[in-house]
Amino acid sequence: MTDAQAGTSGDHTRFAKWIADNCPDTLLGMPIDDNTIVWGGRNWVFQRDDQRIWMERARDAGLTAPRWPTEYGGAGLTREEEKAFREEMNRVGAPTPLESFGLWMLGPALLEFGTEAQKKHFLPPITRGEIRWCQGYSEPGAGSDLANVQTKAEDMGDHWLVNGQKIWTSYADKADWIFALVRTDRDAPKHLGISFMLIDMNSPGVTTRPIRLISGKSPFCETFFDNVKVPKSYGEDISSIVGTQNRGWDVAKHLLTHEREMIGGGARGLLGGRALGTFLNSLDGVLDDPVTRSEAMQLEVDSLAFALTMERYKDQAKSGRGVGNASAMLKYYGTELNKRRYELLMSATGSEGVEWDGPHGPLAPEWLRTKANSIEGGTSEVMLDIIAKRVLELPSK
Amino acid sequence: MQSLLETEDETLLRDAARGFLNDASPVSALRENREKERGYDPALWREMALMGWTGVLIGEDQGGADMGHRAAGILCEEMGTVLAASPFISTAVMAASALRNSAGERANQSLAGIASGDLSYALAIDEGAKFNPAGSALEAQKSGNGYRLNGRKTFVAEGTTADRLIVLARTGGAAGETAGLTLFDIEADRAGLTRSGTTTVDSRDFARIDLDGVEVTGDDIIGDLDNGLDALQIALRAGQAAIAAELTGVAGGAYAMTVGYLKERKQFGRTIGSFQALQHRAAHLWSEIEVTASAIANAGRVLDTTPDEAALAVSLAKARAASTAKLAVSEGVQMHGGIGMTDEYDIGFYMKRARVGAEWLGDYGYHSAQVAAARGF
Repeated sequence: MTDAQAGTSGDHTRFAKWIADNCPDTLLGMPIDDNTIVWGGRNWVFQRDDQRIWMERARDAGLTAPRWPTEYGGAGLTREEEKAFREEMNRVGAPTPLESFGLWMLGPALLEFGTEAQKKHFLPPITRGEIRWCQGYSEPGAGSDLANVQTKAEDMGDHWLVNGQKIWTSYADKADWIFALVRTDRDAPKHLGISFMLIDMNSPGVTTRPIRLISGKSPFCETFFDNVKVPKSYGEDISSIVGTQNRGWDVAKHLLTHEREMIGGGARGLLGGRALGTFLNSLDGVLDDPVTRSEAMQLEVDSLAFALTMERYKDQAKSGRGVGNASAMLKYYGTELNKRRYELLMSATGSEGVEWDGPHGPLAPEWLRTKANSIEGGTSEVMLDIIAKRVLELPSK
Repeated sequence: MQSLLETEDETLLRDAARGFLNDASPVSALRENREKERGYDPALWREMALMGWTGVLIGEDQGGADMGHRAAGILCEEMGTVLAASPFISTAVMAASALRNSAGERANQSLAGIASGDLSYALAIDEGAKFNPAGSALEAQKSGNGYRLNGRKTFVAEGTTADRLIVLARTGGAAGETAGLTLFDIEADRAGLTRSGTTTVDSRDFARIDLDGVEVTGDDIIGDLDNGLDALQIALRAGQAAIAAELTGVAGGAYAMTVGYLKERKQFGRTIGSFQALQHRAAHLWSEIEVTASAIANAGRVLDTTPDEAALAVSLAKARAASTAKLAVSEGVQMHGGIGMTDEYDIGFYMKRARVGAEWLGDYGYHSAQVAAARGF
């Protein structure tokens, strides 16, 4: 690996110093979970003052959105510089100062498809943690067949009138705004009548209801739109639609690819550590069972090979060649592996593992939650469809 | 960690190898070997030598090209794709690795012979049905200044044709013990040595070798007396990574043939590749091959950079390659249907080589246990 790929050591030194100067010591090494993650938003209340200080300092340096251009509140870093910054944060155990769907998803979509005025209007509040976004894609009748969305936006002259229901809208009950796929042309073929619309969750007629999963409480919600008036414009050249009207599917597809890489990557993070063998050894006699042992060995072989594959594709993405449709494979393989891993852990922990919060902590709800990995962001079956059609180029008839 | 992406040089090597092998050794060449009852075509081996492949792991001082293990793996993958038969792994990978590590004029001469294509080698390790070097019982009995070898070796790749043999023999200890084993490098026609070809399903050269009072001396020893497993380990790891790469090529070749068939075969008035049941299986197979390819590249990289720490990487590669090749050829035959069962069609040759390759130098169970041991359980 060359210096240019790795980020120069100069970058590392610079960011190491900046982090040392700005990140409160009390945050270093703090475990990040659902209770400690910083999401921001209109109603956000910091649990700890050090988190507020860290977020504000990162915000002022543009480092909540390291690679976004400075005029939109980012730090304008190169890919290599951002990597160096994140590596330095990891090295000292500094938490990411701000997380949000705005940073992960809406921002990249606006940077790719938005007008200059839209970027100036929407991006800076995301980097400052002032506006928290959620994603409104799926509907009860539009799961794997996402392009079948029926939430309709009728053209009422100066505004859109939105009616319908979204489901699986993560944190909709806490979000300030939603980016949603809505049908703006009911007569066009289903992929060609969808728009990518930005809607204020405070609008009259928007309601949310949390969804309880088989694994217990979840961030997922149902979101209802009942005669919601969405302005056509939020200011000069600031349309409420991102990209071309009726071409929202292009924006959505772009983001879905992004989301798949994140989910595949997440699974790899869980599997990448050395933990499996150590953990199983700590459970008395479990590895003496030949079936468990055999499954553990096979899982370890596949997990290690998959971790190497993630590395290979990361390098490929860094080299500028892109990952393309292989992201479907990473999502498919990573999530299926994660389910296998949790099945093994449940079997290995036996009667202790089935307690909601027993000697192994929240293992049982985690196990149940992994079942969604191969459903959310495109099911395993949809991933296999994508591979078959776009990589293998198998015929449709 | 070094990048697993192929360098430009590696891509050039792969393209050159593919171009040559498609032309010089399509699957029909294996068919011809079978008809002529030979393990490989000496003319093909000579051409490999002319291209520098035989010297892939040999230093330039001995006339080698010194390209390294990743390069050897790329060549093996391409050979596996078309089922090209040659003594490449036994000679250019395994014997070369063992000899290179054993300094000395004789070893250097042998290395020069391998690089030039004039000398071929076979390694005689196994005695039972499963790979287990430490289980070797073949006796090296002290006799004057040397030893007499008595016993039988099985599943010796290239065993009937090799010019020389590297034989693992017990100079001390008991079968099952890692100490007390010694490697001897002897010519294949030494008195007392009998080679019997076995007809394996993959139409390649495997032999049983009987040693009846074969005289060897200290000059024949590679590595250290009683510590032969150390010297052998270097050859084994190189060979295991190479056969893993070949198996991944076998998987890729079977996959390509199968996807090609799915696109052309029509039943029920449709191309069968349009059936989702088959699409998903083919897509899953592609995913497995992609994941295995990473383990193959990694084994080559680790052998080239930190060979002393290669145990995990090599066993990971061999385990993955064995299971992926098995999946590829099983799915391949099934998706071809009846024609896949005919000898006239090529897919069966892939299935046969996959089975033999999976077994050679340690099967899935052996290597996954090595992975587990290296990972702390």
